[in-house]
Amino acid sequence: MRFKIRRFDGERSYWQEFDVPVKRGMTVLECLYYIKENLDSTLSFRASCRMGVCGSCAVRINGKPMLACETQAFKLKEPVKIEPLKNFNVIRDLVTDFEGFFKKHEIVKPYLIRKSEGEIRQTPEQLKRYYIYTLCVKCGACVSACPVAKNSLGPMPIVSAYRFNEDSRDEGKEERLKILSDHIWHCHFVAECSEVCPKNLNPAEVIQRLRLEVLKFNVRW
Amino acid sequence: MKFDVVIVGAGLAGMRAAIAIAEKRRDVSVAMISKTYPIRCHSVCAEGGTAAVLDERDSFDLHAWDTVKGSDFLADQDAVEFFVRECPKEILTLDAWGCPWSRTPDGRIAQRPFGGHSFNRTVFAMDRTGFHEVHTLYERTLMFPNIERFNEYFLTNLIVEDNAVKGVTAIELKTGELVLFEAKAVILATGGAGRIYGFTTYSHTVTGDGMAVAYRCGVPLKDMEFFQFHPTGLVPSGILMTEACRGEGGYLLNRNGERFMKRYAPERMELAPRDVVARAMWKEIVEGRGFEGDYGPYIALDLTHLGEEKIEERLPLIRETAMKFAGIDPVEEPIPVRPVAHYTMGGIHTNVNCETPIKGLFACGEVACISVHGANRLGSNSTAECLVFGRVAGEKALEYVLKRDFKGVSRKEFEREESRIFDELLGRSGDESPYAIKRELNETMDKNLWIFREERGMKEAVKKIRELKERYKNVEVVDKHRGFNTDLIQTLEIGYMLDLAEVVAICALLRQESRGAHYRLDYPKRDDENWLKHSLAYKTADGVKVDYLPVTITKWKPTERRY
Repeated sequence: MRFKIRRFDGERSYWQEFDVPVKRGMTVLECLYYIKENLDSTLSFRASCRMGVCGSCAVRINGKPMLACETQAFKLKEPVKIEPLKNFNVIRDLVTDFEGFFKKHEIVKPYLIRKSEGEIRQTPEQLKRYYIYTLCVKCGACVSACPVAKNSLGPMPIVSAYRFNEDSRDEGKEERLKILSDHIWHCHFVAECSEVCPKNLNPAEVIQRLRLEVLKFNVRW
Repeated sequence: MKFDVVIVGAGLAGMRAAIAIAEKRRDVSVAMISKTYPIRCHSVCAEGGTAAVLDERDSFDLHAWDTVKGSDFLADQDAVEFFVRECPKEILTLDAWGCPWSRTPDGRIAQRPFGGHSFNRTVFAMDRTGFHEVHTLYERTLMFPNIERFNEYFLTNLIVEDNAVKGVTAIELKTGELVLFEAKAVILATGGAGRIYGFTTYSHTVTGDGMAVAYRCGVPLKDMEFFQFHPTGLVPSGILMTEACRGEGGYLLNRNGERFMKRYAPERMELAPRDVVARAMWKEIVEGRGFEGDYGPYIALDLTHLGEEKIEERLPLIRETAMKFAGIDPVEEPIPVRPVAHYTMGGIHTNVNCETPIKGLFACGEVACISVHGANRLGSNSTAECLVFGRVAGEKALEYVLKRDFKGVSRKEFEREESRIFDELLGRSGDESPYAIKRELNETMDKNLWIFREERGMKEAVKKIRELKERYKNVEVVDKHRGFNTDLIQTLEIGYMLDLAEVVAICALLRQESRGAHYRLDYPKRDDENWLKHSLAYKTADGVKVDYLPVTITKWKPTERRY
C-alpha cells in the first residue's frame, strides 16, 4: 500500500511516499515501524503500548485524528495520508509538542480532593456515574479536532474535571467549578471531539453539562 | 541541574516513590525523569489486578505461602513476608487517591480469583487495573510542587564515584541535548527487559534501560534466567489477554476441545501459576494438539460460556482488544492465544529496602530483583510490588538524602559521556542496521530461550548474541539530526538489550535444573541441593561473571510443587 507521510526535519516540511507490503491484520503503527526499520530510519513518531491504552501514537490518518496502533491499514483509502495532529506544534515528523496539553490538564485540579478520612464505600452505581470518563488516554485527538483548541483548555481537561466532579469520593467540585467558570465558554459545540475520540467518550456533551453546572453554581453565589 | 532525588522511570513504581518522598517533605526536591510521558508507561498495560489481603478469611501467611510456592521457593521469604503485609495499605491509599476500583454491590472493594492464589484476593479496576493505577498516581503527583517532571528524557548513564551515585545523564528528546542531573540519591524504576523477545506483551519502550545502565556501572543483575511466559498472548500481536479471563471462568482448549489443564494441574486447572499453564500449553502445541492458524499454532481461550453481560462487566478491554486486533468477538468465539514473553523476574540486585550495592542507588518495580517473585511471579503480584516497593524506595532514598550533600560532577565526566553518545555513536559511519540486529536478537531469544530450553540451543544463543554485539560495534545511526532522533534512541536501546540478553542466556545456560519459569529439557527436575540459590551476574572486562547467593528461608522449607 502507498503511504504519504508529512515530514518535518526541524526546518523543512515536505511529503514523502513509501510503499509498504501490508498484510491483513497489520496496523498503521506496524506500517510506520516497517518504514522506519526497512525504508527510512529517520522517520520519527511516538509509540509505546501498541494496544490502545497509552495514548502515544495519535496522528491524522487521511485527515482524521486516530490512534495508529488500533487502526487496521487495509481498510484505509490509498494513498494513506499520515500527518501530525493539528493544534500542536510539530517537533519532528509526526511528533508534536504535548507540554502545553499536559499543562492545561493541570489547571482543572485533576485529582481526587478529599479531606475526610476512614473507610470509603462506593457502590457500583456510583462508580458507573463517572467510570467512562476515566477512560481518556490523553492522546490529543480531541484537541486536534477542536476548532477553538488554541485559545481554550480544549476538551480533554474538561472531561477530566467532570470525571472527578462526579466521583462520590471527591470533595473538590466547587473548586473545579470555580476554575471552569473562566474556561467553559469557548466551545462552539461543533462536537468534532466526540466524533474522533478513540475511546468513545463524549466530551461535547460533558462540556454542555458542565456549562449548566457552572451557571447554577455562579447563580448560587 | 541538581535534585536531592532523581527518579528514573515514571511508571507505577517510580511515581509511587516520588509521591512517598513529596508527601513527607516539601523541601526535598525530586526530579522524575522518563522516556515517555508518565501515562504512556508500560504499567498501563497491566490488566488483571493487584493482590492484597483484604478479607478477614484470607491471611498474610496464606498470601506469602502462595507467593513462595509460586516462586518455586526461590523468593526470599523475609521480603515476601514484608511485602504481603504492605499490600492492603496500598490498595486503601489508592482508593483515597481516586483509583476506580471495581466494587461489590455494598460498595466494598471487589476481589477476583487469580492463578496460584488460594484465595480471591486480586483487587481490580475492570480489566484495566494498571491503566487506572497509573492515572491515579500521575494525577496525584500533580499536587506536589517539589516533584518536577522531565518527560521524554532518555537515560544514558549513571555517574558513580567511590561506590556512591552522584547523578545521571539523559538525552532530552525534544532538543537532542545531553543533560546532567546531579543527585544525592537515584532511584531506578525503568521496568523490565521484555523487548529482547519478539513475541511479547511488552510495550515497544520496555528495553531494560535502567538494568543495562546499572549493570554497566558494576551493579550485579540477579536471577536473569527467569523470564515469565504469560499463557495467553493474543495471536499474532502478542497483546496481553489477562489472566482474569481465566479468573472469571474462561477455559483453555486444545484442538480436540479438551480442557487439557486437567492433565497438568487437576486441582487448580486454568488457574495454576503461569509457568505451569504456559508449559502445559507449549506441550500441547509441540505435541500437535494446538489449532493451526495463519500465524502458527495456537490454543483457544474460550469465554463464550461467560455470556455478554459478564464479559462487558468484567472484561471490556479484552473484548475491545480482541475485536480490534484479531477481528474476534470473545462473546461469539474463542480467542486464539499462545504463551508470550511477559515479565522479567530478574533484575538489579537489591535488598528489601530497595538498596543496591552502590550507595545512594535504589531500584524498585520490575527493574529490581528483591526478590519476591523468585523463579515465577504470581499474577497480580507485580503491580502490588510496584506500589509497595515504590513507596519503600522513596522512603529509604529520603532518609538517605537527609544525611548527605551533593558530591559534584566534573565537567570532564559529563563531556566524556557527551562524546560517547554523539561522537562515537551518532557521528560514526558503519554498515550494520540496528534494526536487523534487533530482529536477529529477537529470533534467537524466541527460539533458544523460550519455554523449553536445552544446552545446545542456549549455547547457540550465547554465540549468536556475542556475534550481534560485535556487529553492533559497526552500527550506523542514519539519522544525524539532534531533535527527537528516535533512530539514535532505538540504537541505544538495542545496545542495552544485547547486554541483557547475554546475561539471560549465560545465567540460563549455567543453571542446570528446572525451576519455575526456567525449564530445561535436559535437566527437567528441580535440584535444591545444588541450585537453591540466586544467580548474580557481573559485568567484567572478561565478560559476564556469575556468582551465587543463598535464598533466605524463614518459614517454608521447599516441598514438591503440585497444583
